[in-house]
Amino acid sequence: MAIKTYREALNEVMHSEMERDSNVFVCGEDISGGAGGTSGEREASGGIFGVTAGLLPRFGEDRVIDTPISENTIVGMAVGASLAGKRGVAEIMFADFVTLALDQMMNQAAKFRYMSGGKAKCPVVIRVPYGAGMNMGAQHSQTMYNIVTSVPGLKCVMPTSPADAKGLLTAAIRDDDPVVFFEHKAMYGSKGEVPDGEYIIPFGQAAVLNEGDDVSIIAMGRMVLFAKESIKKLKAEGINCDLIDLRTTSPLDENAILDSVEKTGRVVIVDESTPRCSLASDIAGFIVSHGFSSLKAPVQQVTSPHAPVPFARELERAYVPSPENISTAVRRVMNYK
Amino acid sequence: MSLQQSRDQLLGAYRQMKTIREFEERLHKEIMTGEIAGFTHLYSGQEAVAVGVCQHLDTEDLIVSTHRGHGHCIAKGCNVKGMMAEIYGRSTGLGKGKGGSMHIADFDKGMLGANGIVGAGGPLAVGAALSAKLDGKGKVGICFSGEGSINQGAVFEAMNMAKVINAPAIFIIEINGYSEHTGASYSVGGVDIAKRTEGFGLKTIEADGCDYHAVYDAMAELLDYSRSGNGPSAAVFNTTRFFGHYEGDPQNYREKNEVKDHRSTRDCLKKFCKDNLPSGIVTQSELDEIDASVMGLIDEAVTEARNAPPTPMEEMEADVYISYE
Ligand SMILES: Cc1ncc(C[n+]2csc(CCOP(=O)(O)OP(=O)(O)O)c2C)c(N)n1
Repeated sequence: MAIKTYREALNEVMHSEMERDSNVFVCGEDISGGAGGTSGEREASGGIFGVTAGLLPRFGEDRVIDTPISENTIVGMAVGASLAGKRGVAEIMFADFVTLALDQMMNQAAKFRYMSGGKAKCPVVIRVPYGAGMNMGAQHSQTMYNIVTSVPGLKCVMPTSPADAKGLLTAAIRDDDPVVFFEHKAMYGSKGEVPDGEYIIPFGQAAVLNEGDDVSIIAMGRMVLFAKESIKKLKAEGINCDLIDLRTTSPLDENAILDSVEKTGRVVIVDESTPRCSLASDIAGFIVSHGFSSLKAPVQQVTSPHAPVPFARELERAYVPSPENISTAVRRVMNYK
Repeated sequence: MSLQQSRDQLLGAYRQMKTIREFEERLHKEIMTGEIAGFTHLYSGQEAVAVGVCQHLDTEDLIVSTHRGHGHCIAKGCNVKGMMAEIYGRSTGLGKGKGGSMHIADFDKGMLGANGIVGAGGPLAVGAALSAKLDGKGKVGICFSGEGSINQGAVFEAMNMAKVINAPAIFIIEINGYSEHTGASYSVGGVDIAKRTEGFGLKTIEADGCDYHAVYDAMAELLDYSRSGNGPSAAVFNTTRFFGHYEGDPQNYREKNEVKDHRSTRDCLKKFCKDNLPSGIVTQSELDEIDASVMGLIDEAVTEARNAPPTPMEEMEADVYISYE
C-alpha cells in the first residue's frame, strides 16, 4: 500500500493497462497537449487535469491521440475501434460536453450488443470529469451521471477514493461493455491508500464505508466524502449511520441497499444531480417498491436544486449538497414519528 | 489603401480597442488576487477583430460569441461595469452574477452571449441570421469562432445550413494559433481554413486580424454581400493572444519569447497608431485623453464590482423558467 492521489491512481492504471494490452489506446482533447505548438514541448499538459500525463512519451502518438475539438467523433472513433477489436479510452474534457457525444454513447455504443443479438462487443471507456463546486458556471459543472445511468447498455462508474479509482478503472478498461467513468473534478487531489500491483473491483458491488443501526445514507461520487463528514458529527449526537457508497450506479448493488434499509428503516440518499429523474429519485423509488415494509420514515433525498449551476460563489456553495444538508436530512428521518 | 473612416469613427474604434485591452490587462492582475473565481479567458491581442467587425453593426445585427467573449461584448456595446460585476459574480452583473465570464450576454445590445460550449455558436448564429432574413431588413447574424471550434461537427452543419437556406450568417474565424494547449497546425486538418469555408460555398476573405483597417475593410465587403441577400460568408483573421488559454495556463507549448515578440510586432493598438497618427486625422493628445478616460472607467468598474452586493439566495431558483405553474 502507498498513499496516492486520486489523479495518480488513475494515471497509474492508464500506464499499466496500456503496457499490459497493446489494444488499449487513449484519445481526447489535450490529453498530451503541445501538438503543433511553437515551443516543441510535445507533452505540454498531460490532460487538463493531468490524468493522462506521461502516456505520450511512453506509448507514442499512435496510441495516445490528441484530438481536435470534436467530442462526437472522439467518442464515436473510440466506439468504432472498440467494435473492431481495440479498447478505446476516450476522455471528454468536462462531463457537460458528453451532450455532444450522446448519439455515439446512447444510440450507438449502448445498443450494439443488444441489436446484434449478443454478437457485438464494445469495450470502450469514456472518462468524464464532472461536478460543481469550482466556480466554472452552468456549462462546466453538471453531473450527467444520472442521464448515463438511465441508459440500458451503458455502465456507469463513480469512484470516490484513490483505491477505488484504481480498482474500478482497471475493471472498466478490461470490461467488454461500454463504461462511462465519472471522476469528480474536486477529487483529483484527494489522497488515500492504494493497493500495490493489480487491483480490480468488480462492478455492482457497493462499499459499506460505515456501519450504524439508525439511518442508511446512500451516496455516490463526491457526495460520499460529504456523507463521511456528516456521519462524524452525527455520531457525536448519538446517531449512527450506515454509509453505502454505490461505486457503480449501473449495475446497481440492490442487495446492499435493501440489506441496509432492512436494518435501519430510515434512508437518506445523497446525489449531486438536480432532483428530477435523479439517482436519488430512482433509488428512492426502488426502495419504496422493494423495501417498503422496512421503512419507518419517508425516504429523504438530498440533491441540488432544480436549476442550472450558478456562477456566483455564494450561490454555488449553497447549490451543491453539503455535509450540513445531509445531517439535517438524517435528523429529519430520526425525528419522524 | 484602406476605406476612409471619419475622425469620430476612428476615435470610437480606438476607444473600444483600448477598453478591451485594459479590461483584460486589469483582469489578468485582479485574477491573481484570488477575488475572481472560475475560468477566465482573456482576449488581449485580438481586439482589432472584435472592433473591426462590430464597428459595422447596430443593435439589430446579432452576434454570438465564445468562451473568449469579453472583447466581442465590449465591441458590441455591452456595459463595461455590468460585465466586470458579472465576472466578479455580483448581483449587479449583466447576468446577476449567475452566468460569469463565459456567459456574458446582453440581448438588448444584440449580443446573444458568450458560450462555454466550443462550436455551439455556429447553429445559433444561423438562427439569428434566419430571423434577420425573415425580417427582411438587411440585418445579419454573426458567429465569432476560434479556429479550434471549426473542427466541431456543429460548425460544419451550421455553415452548410446557412448556405442551403441562404441565410445572412457571417462566420468570423479568429486564428490565434491555439486551441487550449494544441497548435492550429495540428488540429485543423488541411490547415487552410479559407478553403474549408469556401468549400461550403461561403464567400470568404482572409485578412490580418492584428490590423484594424484590414478587418474593417474585409467586413465592409462581406456585410455588403450578406446584407444584400447573397447568403452566408466568412472572414478568416490571423491574430494572436497575449495571455494563456485561461488565466493560470503555464503556456509551455509556446516558444519562450512568442508573446513578447507578438506584443512588440503584432499589437493592433500600436498598428492603429502607426496607421492613423502620421496623417494627423487623429492626434496623440486625443488618444491620450481616451487612454485616461478608459483607465478611469476600468478602475471604477473594478471598484464598483468589488463593492457590489453578492447575488441574493432568492436568485438560485429564479429565472429557470419564465413561468412554471
Ligand atoms: C464542446 C467543448 N469542448 C471542449 C471545450 C474546452 N475548451 C474550451 S476553449 C477550448 C479551445 C478553443 O479553441 P478555439 O476555438 O481556437 O478558441 P480560442 O480559445 O483560441 O479563442 C477548449 C478545447 C469546451 N469548452 N467545449
